[in-house]
Amino acid sequence: MKAEQISIFLENKPGGLSSVTGALKDAGINIRALSLADTSDFGILRLIVDNVARAKEVLNAAGFAVGKTHVVAVEVPDRPGGLHSILELLTGSGINVEYMYAFVERSGENAVIIFRFDSTDQAIDVLLKAGFTVLPGEKVYGL
Amino acid sequence: MIYNEEFETLPREAVEALQLKRLQQVVSRVYHTVGFYKKAFDNAGVAPEDVRSLDDLKRLPFTVKQDLRDNYPFGLFSVPMTSIVRLHASSGTTGKPTVVGYTKRDVDTWATLMARSFAAAGLTRNDIIHNSYGYGLFTGGLGAHYGAEKLGASVIPMSGGSTKKQIMLLQDFGPTAICCTPSYLLFLAEAGKEMGVDMKALKLRVGILGAEPWSERMRAQIEKELDITALNIYGLSEVMGPGVAMECIEGRNGLHIYEDHFIAEIIDPKTGEVLPYGETGELVFTTITKEAFPLIRYRTKDITRLMPEVCTCGRTFVRMERVSGRSDDMLIIRGVNVFPSQIESVIMEIEGLEPHYQLIVDREGSLDTLEIQVEVSERVFSDEIRGLQSLEKRIKKDVKDYLGVTAKVKLVEPKSLQRFEGKAQRVVDKRNI
Repeated sequence: MKAEQISIFLENKPGGLSSVTGALKDAGINIRALSLADTSDFGILRLIVDNVARAKEVLNAAGFAVGKTHVVAVEVPDRPGGLHSILELLTGSGINVEYMYAFVERSGENAVIIFRFDSTDQAIDVLLKAGFTVLPGEKVYGL
Repeated sequence: MIYNEEFETLPREAVEALQLKRLQQVVSRVYHTVGFYKKAFDNAGVAPEDVRSLDDLKRLPFTVKQDLRDNYPFGLFSVPMTSIVRLHASSGTTGKPTVVGYTKRDVDTWATLMARSFAAAGLTRNDIIHNSYGYGLFTGGLGAHYGAEKLGASVIPMSGGSTKKQIMLLQDFGPTAICCTPSYLLFLAEAGKEMGVDMKALKLRVGILGAEPWSERMRAQIEKELDITALNIYGLSEVMGPGVAMECIEGRNGLHIYEDHFIAEIIDPKTGEVLPYGETGELVFTTITKEAFPLIRYRTKDITRLMPEVCTCGRTFVRMERVSGRSDDMLIIRGVNVFPSQIESVIMEIEGLEPHYQLIVDREGSLDTLEIQVEVSERVFSDEIRGLQSLEKRIKKDVKDYLGVTAKVKLVEPKSLQRFEGKAQRVVDKRNI
């Protein structure tokens, strides 16, 4: 039920981000979701793409340090309190959210949020038992 | 004032006669007491008896810093540990420093040479000396301290750091002289100004400044900002510590080398050939009175030239020009000696990092800054900010712990630093000293 995210190390300098998007464009890879975490010196670009293996290959070839991380894509009811209901559940189970970001596309009536948990498998277990929809990787890449 | 007039004004022939006598003694002693020298002399096919004139010195092999490391910690000492009363050390590759030892007489000789240096700066027992050289394994603090006491002056053992306290004591204790690195003195001048202190109104009259390369431009700036006379002192821990050579306040042109204790040569750093007076090359020292840790033809890697012309002050000792550079890649960051190879060792100790790094040395205000740029490899990459920040912190801490210098660490993208065929140029020195 996990999805794979790639992350890329970027220095804070002009043109850094566009060289990533350029390499992906040339390889015909589509970005499905993204977030950028940054400090004064560097940033980490996190991406969900439609072809993880190929994306890592072309970005490595372009000279980037690329990591792969397991994240969890969860359908969140698109109404007030939707996200809160998930976070409340996780807090109650002692699971920590390292970071999260929203998906560009919706899945039917629901929004999709990408989570990085400190204990991924336990989090999936808790979410499923509580009746939340966790999207499998293949579904996420094709959204 | 000339502290040891009897020695410092000896006629040239007498200086050389004294040097030869002392050289013959030390060469014979190291040959028989230090295994390293016996082996080195035997390999060079030269025996202590072959030294019949000062000119024969060039037949002896050089000693280099690596020899000190290879014989870590006490392998080059020429007396048993029971005779050693003091140890000092400088930073070394991943924690292995170069160690120097002193007998009671060595400590006293050193104090005398520092007292000479203070006297050459016009100081007497009526002066108060503010000593901001670091106390500890570094020779600067204690070296200047003992010299000040030997002279009979009042010494303030301030050491480095605690800027506000430094400024307070400079105002309240009224020292007439200060010892520190030239860049630190400029830093203090700025800090004092920011605190609203009139730094020109202090009782300071003279600065005894060294432990890093500086220029006439910096001298002029220091003298202007503080309204003092800024003088250049030279030394290195391997040879003794501060007080190997000192500029006199009368001449202010070159540093008198205490030739009754050290023989200086200038060599071509590439060929090792001895160069005549006046030519620029690498400075080489032989210590001729040190008991614990004599050094024969030690290559300092400092580039300078020797000036034999008689000085207006009356001292007959040869002068060395202000050090203009290094024949190796050693950096001096806020008075601390740093070799790029030491930084590389720290980086390579960290699992997953590759030896792709660059050092950017600059000066902010009057203080040196060191930035270490390291490429992020995939093995150390983390998708979480705090993972990378802890990597930065670890490099910074290790560099501080091993080398004693504070650096800024900047992670950069893989393959973004220049690659080198042959000798790598790791250092970008932007300082305009």
